[in-house]
Amino acid sequence: MELFVFVCAAAMVLVGAIGVITRNNPVHAALSLVLTLFGIAVLFVANNAHFLAAVQVIVYAGAIVVLFLFVIMLLGVDQAEDLSTEPLTAQRPLALVVGIGVAGVIIAAIVKSQDALLVRGTGINSATLEDADANIRQLSRSIFSDYVFAFEVTSVLLLIAVVGTVVMSRRQHGQHVEESA
Amino acid sequence: MNLAVIEPTTSWYLVLAAVLFGIGTVGVMVRRNPLVMFMCIELMLNAVNLSFVALSASLSDINGQTAVFFVLVVAAAEVVVGLGIIVSIMRRRSDATADDLSVLKG
Repeated sequence: MELFVFVCAAAMVLVGAIGVITRNNPVHAALSLVLTLFGIAVLFVANNAHFLAAVQVIVYAGAIVVLFLFVIMLLGVDQAEDLSTEPLTAQRPLALVVGIGVAGVIIAAIVKSQDALLVRGTGINSATLEDADANIRQLSRSIFSDYVFAFEVTSVLLLIAVVGTVVMSRRQHGQHVEESA
Repeated sequence: MNLAVIEPTTSWYLVLAAVLFGIGTVGVMVRRNPLVMFMCIELMLNAVNLSFVALSASLSDINGQTAVFFVLVVAAAEVVVGLGIIVSIMRRRSDATADDLSVLKG
């Protein structure tokens, strides 16, 4: 059963990821990204990270991808990009070689250290029928005790990001912006 | 061989994360639309998150999931700022590619 879940979710993740880099319409790429993010959320559940799976769906699929789609529609860049021409010579083959190289090096390291990873610990309480929110309780205890300072700083970070974006994208009074879209 | 007894180990998740990271790397280098490049960066962030969660389950350490939580927050902030920059660039020229951003260099 666990194998079945893994294979299905991995197929979702990989098909979505290939879709993001090969579809020439940005809207299709964003929707492929949703597929990948849902697959990742399923794998989170398979690893007993229930809270993060929910946050993944809400924040990523719900907010970030909608933001992407919003910007795509707002700017009218949803016409298909021509992917058949290659503006820089040999850019794609080189990128492919680098990408496969990066993945290959990481996979080699994983295979090499496989013995250390075989042990599956039991210290994290997985959710059961009696204790359905064990994961949330553990995670919140960690965030609000050990990492409470980082958590507070995060809220400042979000505030700075929001204020910065508003200031940056605000049109100044009297500034003339030609609309080409 | 009975398929029902095979259970995915941590290495399977890590290999999947490595492949996802590689796909994201290729995307950032190949695509020219800044929005799609952003999506590829999200792919890479998710690959890292996946390996964090897999190792957190494997090592029985909740701190891995805490790290993923913070990565999610920072990724959200990063997308907000990045999309703001892209919007203000694209307002001037709606067909801008990543190459056109070279006017930013000093």
